[in-house]
Amino acid sequence: MAQDIQTSPKPAGISLETSQKSWAWIGVSPFFIFALLFLILPTLDLMIGAFQDAQGGFTLQNLANLNTPSIKSAYWISLKVSVASALTGALFGFLLAYAVVLGGLPQWLRPTLMTFSGVASNFAGLPLAFAFIATLGRVGLVTVLLREFAGFDLYRTGFNLLSFWGLTLTYLYFQIPLMILIITPALDGLKREWREASEILGASRLQYWRHVALPILWPSILGTTLLLFANAFGAVATAYALTGSSLNIVTILLYAQIRGDVLHDQNLGYALALGMILITGVSNGAYIWLRSRSERWLR
Amino acid sequence: MNQARIGAWIATILGALYFVVPLIGTFEFSLRMRRGEYSFDAYRVVFGDPQFQATFAYSTLQALATIVVGVLLVVPTAYWIQLRLPKLRPVVEFITLMPLVIPAIVIVFGYIRLYNSSSILPMTASARATDLLLTFSYVTLALPYMYRAVDTGLRAIDVRTLTEAAENLGAGWPTILFKVILPNVRSAILSGAFLTFAVVIGEFTMASLLNRPAFGPYLQNIGANRAYEPSALAIIAFVVTWACMGLINVFGRGKQIKAAP
Repeated sequence: MAQDIQTSPKPAGISLETSQKSWAWIGVSPFFIFALLFLILPTLDLMIGAFQDAQGGFTLQNLANLNTPSIKSAYWISLKVSVASALTGALFGFLLAYAVVLGGLPQWLRPTLMTFSGVASNFAGLPLAFAFIATLGRVGLVTVLLREFAGFDLYRTGFNLLSFWGLTLTYLYFQIPLMILIITPALDGLKREWREASEILGASRLQYWRHVALPILWPSILGTTLLLFANAFGAVATAYALTGSSLNIVTILLYAQIRGDVLHDQNLGYALALGMILITGVSNGAYIWLRSRSERWLR
Repeated sequence: MNQARIGAWIATILGALYFVVPLIGTFEFSLRMRRGEYSFDAYRVVFGDPQFQATFAYSTLQALATIVVGVLLVVPTAYWIQLRLPKLRPVVEFITLMPLVIPAIVIVFGYIRLYNSSSILPMTASARATDLLLTFSYVTLALPYMYRAVDTGLRAIDVRTLTEAAENLGAGWPTILFKVILPNVRSAILSGAFLTFAVVIGEFTMASLLNRPAFGPYLQNIGANRAYEPSALAIIAFVVTWACMGLINVFGRGKQIKAAP
């Protein structure tokens, strides 16, 4: 019946098809125009600007000018915070997801954790910074409780919320949930049969993880870690609210540059942005590639 | 096995501590405004602040505009890709993932360079035009979530049959899109919409660099100048985020959209 309806107006259908072929592009043109205007061209324009001098001529001087102690240290601290929060976030996120999915815990914990992770992974930016100042700042709840009841002065130990460790600890609040959200489906993808098969063949728990589970999971784990890295590397608001301009990370430097040209060189600012695009581009490219690899196992 | 379960409990409890303590700390701090006793003074001050009302209203409006523009942009595109141009799918998917690759601060820096007041398209020249540019920047920011949500929704229904049925009944394209396709992916659109709302409402970088009076820059200003109000605002922001995610769970039937960006 359906076949009839489809085949009977064949001659007309063909002409319709061919005329729609050329028209079909129109349907997606708004999307491509939008993407071109508000995503691709602005980024390309910046990247071109990184290779131009003030008069618009081609130069590599801007990239060479990035090689100053303050800019290098900004990139360095950004990289350190991003790597530390990505690795720690991935580790703890994995452990939590593992505990809830495979740890034999009560059923209700899992939806609770997933919902909370959805909230916490979006609870970033300024409110997150406020929350950590109220908790671990100099008069924060935990700082005060530790000092009054445990006689332990957190800030005596050299801890400072407005520092590398403070920033990393704060970033973990959205990094861990993001890891949980992405890695849980991968853990679900571990088929019971694989484990049973390896047990029947006499494998120990460790051997199962070492030779079966981890090789399957590792593209997901590594890929998500790269995503977390880029996530932290591009973050502005949390760091800005937490440290003002006292911690010299690259996003804050770029923010100050856009606001007030603190580098006194427009094109150097573009080069700074180009460096960020390259770093997040490489890590995300690797993420997308690893993701396509890991999806093979999750069918 | 039992040992593993103990380990799982320890991990969960430590995780819960890490996530719950800052919320308690923030809430406790937000109650401390009145000396010597707990009160909701900080909240009263915040809600009574005309700046709070104005900026929150502005950001809500921006979020709604972002959702409308985003839906109008994403739904026809995803539909058309599914129906007529499946070959373009990888290209479109790649583009929608780009906002995750390029940091927001870089994108907005590009806008400021490309659309400055002496360019062909001077979108930063007037306040209204900049509002529009901010909306478009938020659409860009929300693109990965919105597209993913809508695309998942479209895959779950039989787009081709629905379209052909509607065509046979004499429906034109607007009717097909708005009366047939849109209602069928409503829950997916709502998921994308609430996620967009959660992302846009407190966004700081773009609003601040485009100099618009949004909620994000207001938060920053309060954070830099006040003691107790930031905590109250953090709790309010947390509740708003929680509400958005809760609504996603209600409408999206428990699907986690952000789980697979």
